Amino acid sequence: MPTTRRQFLSLAGGVTAAGTIPIVTLRPLQATPAMLNTAIRNVVGEAQIRTGKVKLDIPPLVENGNTVPMTVSVASPMTADDHVKSIHVFNEKNPQPNIGNFYLNSSSGRAQVATRIRLADTQKVVAIARLSDDTFWQVAVDVVVTLAACTEEMN
Amino acid sequence: MAALINVPAKARRGDVIEIRTLTSHVMETGFRHTVDGKLVPRDIITSFTCRYNGAEIFRADLFPAIAANPYLSFFTVARESGRFEFEWVGDNGYSSTASAPITVE
Repeated sequence: MPTTRRQFLSLAGGVTAAGTIPIVTLRPLQATPAMLNTAIRNVVGEAQIRTGKVKLDIPPLVENGNTVPMTVSVASPMTADDHVKSIHVFNEKNPQPNIGNFYLNSSSGRAQVATRIRLADTQKVVAIARLSDDTFWQVAVDVVVTLAACTEEMN
Repeated sequence: MAALINVPAKARRGDVIEIRTLTSHVMETGFRHTVDGKLVPRDIITSFTCRYNGAEIFRADLFPAIAANPYLSFFTVARESGRFEFEWVGDNGYSSTASAPITVE
């Protein structure tokens, strides 16, 4: 496409003019550890959360936060009277504390879920499992992210 | 609405099988801005359901922190021959379905 000097200048001018405004509005949105706690309490209620049983496989160093493979597995026999009802995954510093809720049942056979997630910053990822006896088990993993996701500008 | 489904075609009764699904969707977070400062509205898949011969075996609530083109892997016990049905529901009336057969011996 032939570009005239006039088109180039008006385009360049438009970008700089617009570029000055977002600096004020583009403060990085971030969930806080308090929001993480609130999100967890929304799921768990007042119940006690114990550490253990849950395993969270996620790379400790992530180059691109836009797609991070993640696998959550829970040590459970998955029988009718002892199985995992749900798995909830949270983060500390994305704009929102929730990542996903996954609902299983006794016919799942294996308590394992895998997906790909976004991480906006170096942060903690928390996975919580609810068992059929309504006890909650959690694990937390620290992830270092070098290229953040979620809040970058759209081209 | 292209979806890739990976279900074993055959299984023995009682086997634990893995089901993998991938669907194409931008999963726009609603937190990004265009170059001129406008907020890009949220457009994500909010829920996924898998049914095995009509009975729900797996369900997921998805949030903007799920990467574009959502991939999900989960397990179930092969009980009987039949069909798996998959449904994705999202913002702006988005809805997409897929299904896969299985033979259980």
